[in-house]
Amino acid sequence: MAGAKEIRSKIKSIKNTQKITKAMEMVAASKMRKAQDRMTATRPYAEKMRNVICHLAHAHAEIKHPFMVEREVKRVGYIVITSDRGLCGGLNVNLFKKTVSEMMVHHDKGIEIDVVAIGRKAVEYFKRRGANLVAQASHLGDTPHIEELIGTVKVMLDSFAEGNIDELYLVSNDFVNTMTQKPVVSKLLPVAGPDDAQLKHHWDYIYEPDSKVILETLLMRFVESQVYQGVVENIACEMSARMIAMKSATDNAGDIISSLETMYNKARQAAITQEISEIVAGAAAV
Amino acid sequence: MLIQVDIVSAERDIWSGQATMVFAPGEMGELGIAPRHAPLLTRLVPGEVRVRDENDEDTSYFISGGILEIQPHHVTVLADTAIRAEDLDEAEALEARRRAEETMADRRSEMDYARAEAELAEMAAMLETIKKIRNRKR
Repeated sequence: MAGAKEIRSKIKSIKNTQKITKAMEMVAASKMRKAQDRMTATRPYAEKMRNVICHLAHAHAEIKHPFMVEREVKRVGYIVITSDRGLCGGLNVNLFKKTVSEMMVHHDKGIEIDVVAIGRKAVEYFKRRGANLVAQASHLGDTPHIEELIGTVKVMLDSFAEGNIDELYLVSNDFVNTMTQKPVVSKLLPVAGPDDAQLKHHWDYIYEPDSKVILETLLMRFVESQVYQGVVENIACEMSARMIAMKSATDNAGDIISSLETMYNKARQAAITQEISEIVAGAAAV
Repeated sequence: MLIQVDIVSAERDIWSGQATMVFAPGEMGELGIAPRHAPLLTRLVPGEVRVRDENDEDTSYFISGGILEIQPHHVTVLADTAIRAEDLDEAEALEARRRAEETMADRRSEMDYARAEAELAEMAAMLETIKKIRNRKR
C-alpha cells in the first residue's frame, strides 16, 4: 500500500483538477445561456431569408440563376463548422465521423471534395487528413460577426459560380437541447426549387434594377446567413457539451477523491497500529 | 389597412409589427410602400427605413444596405450588419484562402506548430483586450 503522504498529495492534485473542471463547468453554463440567446436572435433572419427564397422559387422567374440549377456532380464542396477549443466531450469527434461518412459516399463515386474549415479543430483535423482545404476561418470567439465569415464563404460561392464545384454542403451541429447535439449535413447549393408543373399561378416579382443582380445578392446572403446561423448554433452546442463534459469530470474527480480518502484513512490507521504494536513490543522487552 | 413589416439583420431581430406605410432607400431611389403593393425585390442602399404606424407617427431605423422583399401584405427588410462592397468581399476571400494555403504548406514539426499557435492565441487575446479597452474609452 502506498504511503499516507503520497496519497495525500494525490488527493490534493485531484482536488485542484476538480476545482478547474468545476470552474469550467460554471463558465460554460453561463456562456451557454448567452449563446442560446444569440442563437434565437439570429434565427428570424435565417427564417425570413428562407421564406423569401421559397417565394422566389415559387415565382415564375424570368431567368434561372446558376445557383438554382442542378448539374452533373464532379466535385463537391463542404463547409465544416467546429469549435475552436476542445474539452467539449464528443462534439467535434461525432461531427467528423458524420462528415467523413458523407464524404466517403462521394469519394466512392469518384467525386472530388473541397473543404472549407471553420473553427480550429476542423482546420487541424483536415490538415492531418490531407484534405483539400481551400479556405479557413478560426478564432471567431464567443460572439462571431458575419463579417468574419464573408470571405470564407465567398471562396466557396465563387468556386460554385465558376463551376469548380457542383454542390455545396454545410456540416454543423444542430442544437436539440442542452443534453443533445446532433451533427447534420445540409445541402446549400444548388437551391432546390419546385417543378414548374407544380406552380398554380404564374407571377413574378418586379426586380429593381434587374433580376440577375438581385438574385445573386440574395442567394449569396442566403448561404452566408445559413453558415452564420450554423456557427452561432455551434457555439451554443459547444458550450452545452462542455458543460456536460465538465460536470461529469467533476463528478468523477469527486468519486476518485472519496476512494482515495478511504485509502488514506486505512493507511493512517495501519501506521498508528504499527506504531502502537512497536511501542508495546518495546515496553515488553524492557 | 395595415401592412406587416419585419426588419431583421443577420445578428438580431430589429423590429417587426404593423404599419400603414413604409419608406425604404432602394437602389433606384426611395420607395414608398403602401399595403397591396405589387411583389417586388430590390437591393437597399445605406440609409434609413421609415415605418409609419396607425397614429401617423414615423420611426426610423438606420440600415447599411440589404435586401427588400415586398409581398402585397408583407414587407421584409433583410438588413446587412456589415458594410459591404464587392472589392472588400474579394479581399476577405483572398485572406481566407491564404490562411488555408498557409496551413497546408506548413509541414514543420508539430512542436513548432504548437508554439506558433500558442503565440498566435496570445496575440489574439491581446488584440481582443486592446479592442475592449478602446471600446470602453469610447
